[in-house]
Amino acid sequence: MKPIIKVTLAAICLLGATAASAADINVRIVNLTNGIHFTPFLVAVHPDGDSLFTTGQPASANLQAMAEGGDISGLVADMQALGATISSNPASGLLAPASSTNVDLNTDGTSNVRLSVVAMLLPTNDAFAGLNAVTIPTTPGTYTYNVPAYDAGTEANDELITGGGAPGAAGIPADPGGLGGSGGSGAATADANPNVHIHRNTLGDTDNAAGISDLDSRVHRWLNPVVRVVVTVR
Amino acid sequence: MKNFYRLLAVTGAALALQACDNDNNVVTPPAPPPPPPAMASFDVTAVNLTNAQPLSPIAVIGHTDAYTVFTVGDAASASLEDMAEGGDNTALIAEANAANVVVTGSGAAPVGPAGSETVTVTLLASDLPTLQISVATMLVNTNDAFAALNGFDVSGMAVGDSMTLNSIAYDAGTEADSEAAAHIPGPAGGGEGFNAARDDAADRVTMHAGVVSQDDGFATSDLTEQHRFDNPVMRVRIERTQ
Repeated sequence: MKPIIKVTLAAICLLGATAASAADINVRIVNLTNGIHFTPFLVAVHPDGDSLFTTGQPASANLQAMAEGGDISGLVADMQALGATISSNPASGLLAPASSTNVDLNTDGTSNVRLSVVAMLLPTNDAFAGLNAVTIPTTPGTYTYNVPAYDAGTEANDELITGGGAPGAAGIPADPGGLGGSGGSGAATADANPNVHIHRNTLGDTDNAAGISDLDSRVHRWLNPVVRVVVTVR
Repeated sequence: MKNFYRLLAVTGAALALQACDNDNNVVTPPAPPPPPPAMASFDVTAVNLTNAQPLSPIAVIGHTDAYTVFTVGDAASASLEDMAEGGDNTALIAEANAANVVVTGSGAAPVGPAGSETVTVTLLASDLPTLQISVATMLVNTNDAFAALNGFDVSGMAVGDSMTLNSIAYDAGTEADSEAAAHIPGPAGGGEGFNAARDDAADRVTMHAGVVSQDDGFATSDLTEQHRFDNPVMRVRIERTQ
């Protein structure tokens, strides 16, 4: 019975439809992790056929800048060049563990049909959460996406909090939660996989003054998913 | 424009629905005709996917969207804390019943690794249109990890339909992840379960970050590499049988 009713409603609505209607959506982003902050998010609705990254391929320079230092300006420019509908930094800064933010986007008058959401995980060397060019459903409703952590593949995961956030600079920019340490000897050398791949998680240790890592294995690890994106299509 | 015509051809009905978003009349599902049988039944089967984390007796709760077992980012209820720290779902189920949920059920015993248990819940068919099912259980060789299915919508399931879903591990946020035997109620610890003190890094439900273990350099941990896990930790099969 349900499908029949839907078709009837659709027919009625068609009479009132005057133009190609685009998506009027709300995007809610939840930090699911126990001890990871996210740098400012880029939320972009863009045309079909484009994406911010491709697993198994090298990261772009602008993706690298986001993943190593949280700088989304390059990716914003990339998306603006495509005519994307963008929200940069909806959380107005860092998104703390178990916190959420949300933003309304309207793609009226555009051909933007795919949603991408990215931000860097702190404290890490080059981990980022990425929802990668998912097709926004056209039927009104609420849609939930679980988002994993990727490794940009561009920096060794040495797990040393050095302040190094510029592309190519070693080290972790900061630990906003203040639970990291110092004096580590370095957890890892260059990634075996230099392309974008699923992150193998933080190693850490339980010594805040020495050991191999400045990160704490009891608070800075995670299991996927790290972010939940809830899209409400109106 | 080309894009529009293609969309119209492929998903014309859906596009039209969206064009009609001013009156919101498609958001609420139409009330289904009352089915002749007065009752409906669901078999909820939980499969333990972990290596060495027995699951405490499975709690199954059928409810509307007025109830939720937990919300990521919010503090756990006292009854959820009770289950997540000690594996006892009695208070969780009692609290759900007090909140006038549709139906509750519990497994009879813990579900060991590779084991499974089916809990059958039966309810009035008139409750189907808004029915959600939640499942919750503790990973007992942890401080306060629990696996859950949080308000899965089963209103569209017909008799004979089944859905298989993966459950992930959450941290109740109510007890520090010391991994010390004295605070682990499962066979790896034999220690204390529920303690009302809340001493986790922050008092809110998040994703669990996993067990570190003694073998991975956490010197005061009484857990071994055997107790580590990754998601998903539990598979849930829901079948409507009546």
